[in-house]
Amino acid sequence: MRFMLLFSRQGKLRLQKWYTATAERDKKKMVRELMQTVLARKPKMCSFLEWRDLKIVYKRYASLYFCCAIEEQDNELITLEVIHRFVELLDKYFGSVCELDIIFNFEKAYFILDEFLMGGEIQDTSKKSVLKAIEQADLLQEVTWTPGKNCYV
Amino acid sequence: MALKIVKGSIDRMFDKNLQDLVRGIRNHKEDEAKYISTCIDEIKQELKQDNIAVKANAVCKLTYLQMLGYDVSWAAFNIVEVMSSSKFTYKRIGYLAASQCFHESTDVIMLTTNQIRKDLSSPNQYDTGVALTGLSCFVTPDLARDLANDIMTLMSHTKPYIRKKAVLIMYKVFLKYPESLRPAFPRLKEKLEDPDPGVQSAAVNVICELARRNPKNYLSLAPLFFKLMTSSTNNWVLIKIIKLFGALTPLEPRLGKKLIEPLTNLIHRALDLLYGMVSKKNLMEIVKKLMLHVDKAEGTTYRDELLTKIIDICSQSNYQYITNFEWYISILVELTRLEGTRHGHLIASQMLDVAIRVKAIRAFAVAQMATLLDNAHLLTGNMQRNGICEVLYAAAWICGEFSEHLENPIQTLEAMLRPKVATLPGHIQAVYVQNAAKLFATVLKGQEGNTDSTAAQETSQLMIDRLPLFVQSANLEVQERASCILQLVKYIQKLQQKDVEVAEEVSALFAGELNPVAPKAQKKVPVPEGLDLDAWINEPPSESESEDEQPKAIFAKEEPKHSRPRHTEVDEKELARRREARKQEQANNPFYIKASPSSQKVYQDTPGVEHIPVVQIDLSVPLKVPGMPMSDQYVKLEEERRQKERAEKKKKEKKKRKEKRSGRGKKQDSGPESEEDITPAHMVDIVTEEMPENALPILILFYFLSVNILLTEMIAFFWPSFKVCDIQGNLQDGSQVVVSVIFENKCDSFLKSMEFNVLDSLNSKLQRPEGSGPHDGLTVPFQLPPGVSNEARFVFTVQSIVMPQKLKGTLTFIVKNEDSSTHEKLDFKLHFTCTSYLITTPCYSDAFAKLLESGDLKGSSVRLEGVNMPFHHLLARICFHHHFSVVERIDSCASMYSRSIQGHHVCLLVKTSGQTVSIDAKCDEPTLLGNVLDEIKQTFSQC
Repeated sequence: MRFMLLFSRQGKLRLQKWYTATAERDKKKMVRELMQTVLARKPKMCSFLEWRDLKIVYKRYASLYFCCAIEEQDNELITLEVIHRFVELLDKYFGSVCELDIIFNFEKAYFILDEFLMGGEIQDTSKKSVLKAIEQADLLQEVTWTPGKNCYV
Repeated sequence: MALKIVKGSIDRMFDKNLQDLVRGIRNHKEDEAKYISTCIDEIKQELKQDNIAVKANAVCKLTYLQMLGYDVSWAAFNIVEVMSSSKFTYKRIGYLAASQCFHESTDVIMLTTNQIRKDLSSPNQYDTGVALTGLSCFVTPDLARDLANDIMTLMSHTKPYIRKKAVLIMYKVFLKYPESLRPAFPRLKEKLEDPDPGVQSAAVNVICELARRNPKNYLSLAPLFFKLMTSSTNNWVLIKIIKLFGALTPLEPRLGKKLIEPLTNLIHRALDLLYGMVSKKNLMEIVKKLMLHVDKAEGTTYRDELLTKIIDICSQSNYQYITNFEWYISILVELTRLEGTRHGHLIASQMLDVAIRVKAIRAFAVAQMATLLDNAHLLTGNMQRNGICEVLYAAAWICGEFSEHLENPIQTLEAMLRPKVATLPGHIQAVYVQNAAKLFATVLKGQEGNTDSTAAQETSQLMIDRLPLFVQSANLEVQERASCILQLVKYIQKLQQKDVEVAEEVSALFAGELNPVAPKAQKKVPVPEGLDLDAWINEPPSESESEDEQPKAIFAKEEPKHSRPRHTEVDEKELARRREARKQEQANNPFYIKASPSSQKVYQDTPGVEHIPVVQIDLSVPLKVPGMPMSDQYVKLEEERRQKERAEKKKKEKKKRKEKRSGRGKKQDSGPESEEDITPAHMVDIVTEEMPENALPILILFYFLSVNILLTEMIAFFWPSFKVCDIQGNLQDGSQVVVSVIFENKCDSFLKSMEFNVLDSLNSKLQRPEGSGPHDGLTVPFQLPPGVSNEARFVFTVQSIVMPQKLKGTLTFIVKNEDSSTHEKLDFKLHFTCTSYLITTPCYSDAFAKLLESGDLKGSSVRLEGVNMPFHHLLARICFHHHFSVVERIDSCASMYSRSIQGHHVCLLVKTSGQTVSIDAKCDEPTLLGNVLDEIKQTFSQC
C-alpha cells in the first residue's frame, strides 16, 4: 500500500499515512487531487478506481472517507477488507467511533493504524492482539487516557 | 534551576494542549489562518523551553498542523529531541511526528541513528515497537544499512510483538539496502513457521511481496507455502499465498497440478457466492466469465462443477434473471461442446424446459436443435465418454414436437434416421423414432400441397428404408415403436400410391399442443356448477350387499343376522349435514390440506380452463443466428438493447418534462439503472402457482393463550398449569408453569421431526421425560404441512418467581421438499415475565382490608405520566394484561388484587388525576412487586 487517507465529506483531511517517502509538495498535490476525485463520485459507483499509476480503494463510513492507494498488482478486495478492519479497530477502541474521536484524538488513531499496518503491510490480522498492544502501550503513558466521549465542544 | 522547573510546570497549565488547539481551530472558522499562525508562534515559544513535556505537547500540535498542510520542517530537530526522551509518553509522540514529517531529504535523520539503535535494544518492548513503526516510515538507505543487523537480531526476539514488526520492516530494509537480503533470508524463512500466527502472516506478507518482484528465487519455498496453504485458516494469509503461487506457477508448471485440489475447494466457495450475486444486469457478464473458465478448465470434475453452477445460476427462481432466452439456449448449446461431461441430462432437461415454457423461443430453439442433430457425430465422436449425448434426447424431442418451426424438416428427418443413431443409448433411440414420425407428418403436410406427388412418396420410402434398422434394436421400446411406425408408414405409402391425400390424417396423430402443467394446477380449475365432489357417484355400498357375498356356512347353518335397516335413500338434508360435518372435521385436522378460499373465489365467476395462469409473452428481439450460436454476441446485443431502452426512456422523460415545463427542471437521474428497469426480452411461462411474496422457509412463532404480552423476540404467553392454590402455596405445584406453543408453518414446505429444546437456567428447567439427559430436546408430537398450525405444551419447573427470566432455546426441524430435505434450526427466547406468575384471584373488600392491616406487606409505588384513557379502560388493561381483579372502585380510585402461583399477595391502589396515574402497591415479596410494577409501567409506555 502506498498511502492511506481519511477525509471528511467537506474535504477536510483527518488522517494521512504515507508508506513511501514523498515530498511535502507532492503529498499536498496528490491529496487535493484525490479528494476531489473521490468526493465527486456518486454513492452507487464502484469503490475502486484507477488513478495515475495507482489503484484507489475507498469506502465511506458516515461522513468519513477511508481511502487507500495501492499498486497495480495489489488486490482491491483485500484492501477494502483492510479498511474495514481498521474501522472495526477504531470502533472497538473508541467505542462506536465518530469523526470527532479521530479529530480530537488523532494521535491515537495513528497509533492504532501503526499497530495494524506497518510499512503498508498488514502487521497483525487479529483484532484482539492489535488492541492488546495499544492498551499495553497506553498503560505506559503517563497521562492515563481512557477511551470515551469527552466533551468535544 | 529548581525555580525554572516550577515556572515551567506553571506555564504548562496555561499551554494549549492538542484538544484546545483543535477546538480553537473549529471555533475560528472564518480566520483560521490567522488563528493558526498565532498558535505556531506559541508553539515556537514552547519549543524553546527546557521542559520536555511542554516540548512534546508542542510537537504533538505540530503534527496536527502538518496534516492540515502547514510546513513544520523547521521543527525537525525538536522532533528528534522529543524522540530521544526516556519517557514512553513523549517518545511515542516524537516518533509519530517523525514518521509523519520526515522524508529522505530531512537532514536531521542522520542524527537519529544512534537513538533508534538504543530504542531498538530497549528492555521495554513498546519502546522498540514505536521505534520500528517510526522507522518503517522514514527509513533511508543509510539507516537501513546501519540498522539492518539490529533489526535482524530482533527477528528472533522473545516477544512475538517485536518479531512481527521486525519481520515486516525487513521488507523496507531490503528495498533500501538490497545487500541485507542474502544474510537475512534464512531467518525470514524460519519465520514462516513461527508459532505465533501474527509473525507467520507477517513473514508470508514479506516473502510474497519479495517474490512478486523476483519469483525465480523463491521457487524453493513452494512446498513450504503449499503446506501453509492447506493448513492455514487465516483468509488474509491464504490470499497472499495464492497470489504468490500465481507468480510461481508460470515458472514451474508442475505446481499447477498440485494446486488444483486446494484451489478448487476455494473456488467452490466463491462459486457459491456467485449464486447469490447474480441479477438481471450482471447475469450475462458473470456467465460469460464462467464460460471462459469452462474453456480453460483442466480436469473434468472442475469443469462439470462449473457447468452445473452455470445452469444453477441461470435457472434459479424460474429463470428470474434471464432477460434473453436466445442467449441462454446458445449457452446451453455451447456447453454441449464440452468433452466428457457427466451432465448431459442436466443440459437436456434445461433445453426441454425452456423450449416448452418460453413459447417465443421455440423457433430459435428448434433451429439450434436441428443443427445439433445434424452435427450429432461431433457429440458422440467418442462413445466412451458419451454423457453429453443425452442432449440429443432433448434435441430430437424439440425438433419433433415443434417441427412446424423447422426450416428444412427433411434434412432433420434424415439426420434422425442415420444408421449411426443405432449406436445411441436405447431411450434416446426411442425418442428419435417417435419424433421421426412427427417430423414425417410435418414433411408430408408440406409436400402434399405441391403438384409433384413423388416427393411425398420418396419421404415415405426413406422411412421404410431406414426404420427396419430400429426394428432390429435390442431395446424393446425402440423395437416396439419402430415396428408400429413402420407398419403405419407402409400403409400410408399404399394410400399415396392411390393418390389419396393422407397428410391431414397423419398430422392428426400428433395434433394438440403439450402444455406444461404445474404440480398444483388442479387446484386452479374451478368446480363446474352443479358438480358436487362430495356427493356419492354411486349409491354407497350397503352392508347387506356385502353380506350376500359372504361364503355360505359350511358346517352349521348360522342364525340369520339381524341386518340393520338399509339407508340407500339418504335425503338431501342428511347429505348436507354429513358434508358439513366432514368439512368441520377437515377444518380441524391439521393434516388435511385445505383449499385456499382466495383461489376459488377468483375463478368462481368465470369458469374455464383458460384461466390457468399463463404469462403472455412479449418478444422484442427477432433474431436469427445461422449455424452454431455464440452466446457472446448476445451480451453485446443485450447491451445495445438496454441502451436503446434507456434512450427511449430518457426521451419519454424529456417529453414529459417538456410538457411540464413548469419552473425548476427536475434533476435528471443519470445513475445506474435499477434492476426493475431491465425488461426481459422474453418471458417465461410460470405455470407454478404464484410465488409467495417471501419464499423463505421461515416460519413458526410462539404465542400463548391466556395473556398477551408482546415481547421483542417472540410472542409468548404462559399460564400456570393448576387452578387455585391455597394460601400457603404448595411449592410442589407452585413451581410449575405450562408453556403452550403454537407452531405455524409459514413456508411452502413440509416440516417434520421438530425438536424443541431450551437451555435450562438454575432457576427454570424444562421438564423432560424420565431417562433423558438435561440437554435433550423434546420431540414435538406432530408434523406440519404448509400453512398449518398446531399447539404443543411444555412444562417448566420454576424455583423462584420473583424475577422475570429469559430462556434461550432452539427449535430444530427438517424442511422437506419434493426432492430434498434440509435440516434447519430456529433460535428463540422464552420470556417469563413476573406477570405470568400471577393468577387472577377474586378478593372481597373486607379480606383485602384485613390483608393490608396485617402489616406483613411491604409497599412500593409507581407513577405513570401521560396516560390518556378513561379510568375503566386503564383498570381493564391492568386486569387483562397483568391478571388483577378489581376489589373496589370509588370514583377515580380503585383497589386491585392478585396472587402469585406461590401464594404471594399483590395489592394495588390505583388513583388517577388528569393524565397522571399513581399506583401504590403492597406485596409480601418486594422484588416480585418491583418487577410487576415495572411490567405494568412497560404496558402503559407502549400505548
